[in-house]
Amino acid sequence: MSTIRLPEILQKAKAQILEEWVKQQMSGAGARADLIKDGELRKQSEEFLNNFQRSAQSGETENIQLPAWAPTLELIADLTRQRERMGFSPSETALFIFSLKEPLLAQVRAELKKDPEAAIEESMGISALLDKLGLYTTEIYQASREEVIRRQQEELLELSTPVVKMWDGIVALPLIGTLDSARTSVVMESLLQRIVETGSEIAIIDITGVPTVDTLVAQHLLKTVAAARLMGADCIISGIRPQIAQTMVHLAIDLSAVTTKATMAEALKTALARTGHRVVKDVVLKA
Amino acid sequence: MPTLKSEVQPVVTENDIVYVRQNVRKWAVEMKFSLVDQTKMVTAASELARNLLIYGGGGEVRLEQLQEGSRMGLRVMFVDQGPGIPDIEQALKDGFTSGKGMGLGLGGAKRLVTDFDIKSIVGQGTSITTTKWR
Repeated sequence: MSTIRLPEILQKAKAQILEEWVKQQMSGAGARADLIKDGELRKQSEEFLNNFQRSAQSGETENIQLPAWAPTLELIADLTRQRERMGFSPSETALFIFSLKEPLLAQVRAELKKDPEAAIEESMGISALLDKLGLYTTEIYQASREEVIRRQQEELLELSTPVVKMWDGIVALPLIGTLDSARTSVVMESLLQRIVETGSEIAIIDITGVPTVDTLVAQHLLKTVAAARLMGADCIISGIRPQIAQTMVHLAIDLSAVTTKATMAEALKTALARTGHRVVKDVVLKA
Repeated sequence: MPTLKSEVQPVVTENDIVYVRQNVRKWAVEMKFSLVDQTKMVTAASELARNLLIYGGGGEVRLEQLQEGSRMGLRVMFVDQGPGIPDIEQALKDGFTSGKGMGLGLGGAKRLVTDFDIKSIVGQGTSITTTKWR
C-alpha cells in the first residue's frame, strides 16, 4: 500500500474535496443538522483537512503514532470531545472521518485514470489511513468514558463512608455495600480521624448494609477495632443479622473481644450507658 | 445426577470476586434456599474465590444446578492452575495461612457447605467442589 500521490492530490483539489466532503456530511448517515450548524461543520472540516494535508506531507502514512501526525490526532481528540458534549454518538463522530473517503477516493480515481493499478494501490493506502484515524475517535470516546467512571468511583468511595456523631463522645459508622480493600482503608481512616476530631470514647460500626461478612471483612473489622482501641476508643459492632451470625460461627471468627449488638438502637443504648447517660421516658400522669 | 444448568465465570481481578458472590446469591435465591443457606453459600464462595485469586493466581468458577431425586443442589467449583497445596490437611486447619489472612477461609468454607471436595497437585493446580442441598 502506498500513498505517494496523496499530498499532491490534496494540494491540487483541496477546495473541491472539502466541498464534496461537507456536502456528504450534511446529507449522509452521520448528518446531525440538529446538533451542529453548517458553518461550524465547514470550519471543522476545513481545519481537519489542513492538518491532514500537513501530516500527509511527511510521507509517513503507515503509522499515525509518528510525530508528524500528532497535530492531527490532537485535533481529532478535540473534535471528538466537543462532539461528545454536543450529543453525537461514537459512530456519528467516526463517520466524520470515514465520510472523507468518498470525495478523496473520487479524486484519486480521476487523477490516476490512466494507471488503474496505481489508483487501487493509492486508494487502499488512503482507506487504511482514514480507518486508523476514524478508529482513533472511538478510542478518545472510550478514554473519556473511563475517566467519568473513575471519577464516579472516587465519589462513591467518599460518599459511602460517612462517620456520624451520635452523641457527645459517641460516633457511628454505618457501613454499606462491599468492603473491598480500597474502601476499607478509606473507612478506617475516616473513622479514626473522626474519633480524634470529636474526642469520642465509643465508636459504633454498623454492618447492617454489608451483604457478606467473610474472613477478609472480619479481619478488616478487627483491625479497625484494634486501631481505634489504641487511640482510646472502644468499638461496638452492630447490625449483625441472624444469618451473618450463623455464618460467622461456622467460619470460626472470634469476635468475643468486641462488644457486638444486633441493632444500632441496642448499640446506642449500650454506648449511652457506658458514657454515663440514662434514657428516661416521660410519664404523663393524667389528672 | 442430572445437571439442570451451568455457568462458568472467570476470576482474574478483585472485582470478579464481587461478581461471583452476586451470581451465587442469585442462583441460591432462584433455587429458593433459605436466607441462612444463601448466606452460607455466598460466604463460602467469597472465601474460595479469593483464595483462587490470591493463592491460585486466578482461575474459573463454575456454577451448576443439580437435581437428585426430589432434592436440588447448588454446586460451585473453583479451579485454578496455580502452585497447588502441598499439605491439604494443614491448609484446612483453622489459623493456618501461607499468606496474610486469618487462616479461617478454607476450613470455614468446608463447614459452610454440605459436600466439600478438594483435589490439589503441587505445580499443577487446585480444584475445589462445594455443594449445598435443599
